[in-house]
Amino acid sequence: MSGDKTSDKILGVDRLTMRFGGIVAVQDLSFAAERKKITALIGPNGAGKTTVFNCITGFYKPSGGTIRLAHDDGRVIALERLNDFRIAKQAKVARTFQNIRLFPGMTALENLMVAQHNALMRASGFTLLGLVGAPVYRDAEKHAIDLATDWLRRVNLLDRADDAAGNLAYGDQRRLEIARAMCTEPALLCLDEPAAGLNARESAALSELLLSIRNELGTSILLIEHDMSVVMEISDHIVVMDHGVKIAQGTPREVRDDPKVIAAYLGTDEDEAAAVMEGGT
Amino acid sequence: MTAPSINTAKPATGIPALLKTAFINAAIALVLFSLMIGIRTEAGSDGQLTYWTRFGELASLVAAVFGGSIVIELLRQWIGPTGTEKLVPPAVQSGLSFVGRYLAPALLIFTLLVPVIFYNQRYILDLAILVLTYVMLGWGLNVVVGLAGLLDLGYVAFYAVGAYSYGLLATNFGWSFWICLPLAGILAAFWGVLLGFPVLRLRGDYLAIVTLAFGEIIRLVIINWQSLTGGPNGVSGIPRPTFFGIPLDNSDDGLAAKLGIEYSSTHRIVFLFYVILALALLTNWVTIRLRRLPIGRAWEALREDEVACRALGINTTTTKLTAFATGAMFGGFAGAFFATRQGFISPESFTFQESALVLAIVVLGGMGSQLGVALAALAMIGGFELFRGLETYRMLVFGMAMVLIMIWRPRGLIGHRAPTVYLTKAQAISSDLVKEGHG
Repeated sequence: MSGDKTSDKILGVDRLTMRFGGIVAVQDLSFAAERKKITALIGPNGAGKTTVFNCITGFYKPSGGTIRLAHDDGRVIALERLNDFRIAKQAKVARTFQNIRLFPGMTALENLMVAQHNALMRASGFTLLGLVGAPVYRDAEKHAIDLATDWLRRVNLLDRADDAAGNLAYGDQRRLEIARAMCTEPALLCLDEPAAGLNARESAALSELLLSIRNELGTSILLIEHDMSVVMEISDHIVVMDHGVKIAQGTPREVRDDPKVIAAYLGTDEDEAAAVMEGGT
Repeated sequence: MTAPSINTAKPATGIPALLKTAFINAAIALVLFSLMIGIRTEAGSDGQLTYWTRFGELASLVAAVFGGSIVIELLRQWIGPTGTEKLVPPAVQSGLSFVGRYLAPALLIFTLLVPVIFYNQRYILDLAILVLTYVMLGWGLNVVVGLAGLLDLGYVAFYAVGAYSYGLLATNFGWSFWICLPLAGILAAFWGVLLGFPVLRLRGDYLAIVTLAFGEIIRLVIINWQSLTGGPNGVSGIPRPTFFGIPLDNSDDGLAAKLGIEYSSTHRIVFLFYVILALALLTNWVTIRLRRLPIGRAWEALREDEVACRALGINTTTTKLTAFATGAMFGGFAGAFFATRQGFISPESFTFQESALVLAIVVLGGMGSQLGVALAALAMIGGFELFRGLETYRMLVFGMAMVLIMIWRPRGLIGHRAPTVYLTKAQAISSDLVKEGHG
């Protein structure tokens, strides 16, 4: 996978390894996410999915392997060398969190304004122009509010724009977090269990939102998800992990019928179970 | 208007619940005090135990507990979290909200008129200057603690840097106050950045302890660097501020002589009053502006959730540093003013006590609230002076007040947060939702 520079791949993860002390959370994981497609990363609890996410988005520094992000303009960025905020700022990778991380004491609109921090900082002349109220900054702020309003409309939260994010219902908070990530105008959107805790109707709305992000804006999406109805409906490509290694990949249909995937989800196969039993006694 | 109702475990309200609580408290008091107060024992003349009952005192104490718990419960519901059913009549509430709306402008107008009203009362003018100095310090620290959520226990260091910058520049080079003032701010901000670099990797309690240590380091350096700072003897003979070059004394070039009015030493005090008022208002104006700029929003976002900030591409280190530097700069301005007002500075003025006092003002006022901080500064500094006659009880009252405030208003006097931008209507955000920051 080292020659993974073809233009239709936006993200190439090659032999990614992450160790915490003696524990190997992710081992030699290689996969790719295609441009303008939705790639799902699935697996049982503790498979190492969120660790992979944290490596891609810079919250962990991988112990080994490479992560390459190829932009539309041909720039290739080595994500494993950038750290925390630079991945979002320079590589344009946005993420959401498994346990929602909004700014609860700020309004929905303010949350989306914070997401446009870097663009607004430049427009405000790193605060100096903004402090004196320069028209350049006023225009930029108006533009930012327009973008935020647009996203609030997309996620159906326009009437809650001036409410504190912490006061929104759970499903609304999930959608607001996606809107916030999208306000950074990312090339790759990473969603960590976006459907967790949503009811069937909200999950369907989420699927629709993610498909519209892919189809209308052409943003590539990488998501971790347990809700198989969402995964099977919207994913173009699925990577299955278990115990830190990739056990299968392919289209939703291929993955669904893969015996290894079924074994991982429904329990280990009999031989291995027997080995575990013997080791225990 | 839909009240945000995210009410958590709040016990039932209403008159019966109120009375029930009061009865329970009174019963507990009865049990506790029946032996402690109801019966008095003493050794008799022959060494035998004599006792007598004091039911009158017992009854009055239990009654006091009963009444007190009703008052406390009423107060709690009245100034407690929003969204609860209130027992206070709506008329009182609307009156209070009316007062709340016009409090800030009224206070400002009153402050502007203080030198006119109290022209002949030097003591009040001096006190007003002192209060305003702390208002300014509180507003400066509010940027760091209230907006960015970084607990800074060494704020006095920047106050000291500002004071010594002006003191030393003015005494050694003879530079005027108006040149030294920005320099003092810049130097303090510079120190803020310098200290910030190693310190801001830490979070929460660790950050607080290290900032505390840095505050002490600055003070110890000032004490021990005798050749520059004069050590414990301090810097004396710091020039008084001039009215843009015109001295405020009774010489022939003095302002009084130029204006053709009789000289009075109050002129200088009034001038100082307006200088610190202008500086404090500048601090306030800049802070309010900054809050509405991306940097201010990033500060508040940092207080709310640092991890989310990093995921949005916000450089948390520089964001924290700018908060630190901005707060330090205002501290430096206040320090320069302090030096010119006193004419003499020594390390004794910059102890941890000062940091704690300013921090208490910010916490008491409501972190992030400009009006709250001003009110808290007035209450704390003014209160200190008010109770000066009580001497020993002063700290007791002060401590009691702090405990009560922390019970009823853990987020300070004004805990609501006003949004920085809105589409249709600016709604105050309940203090329950606003985070304190973790470092």
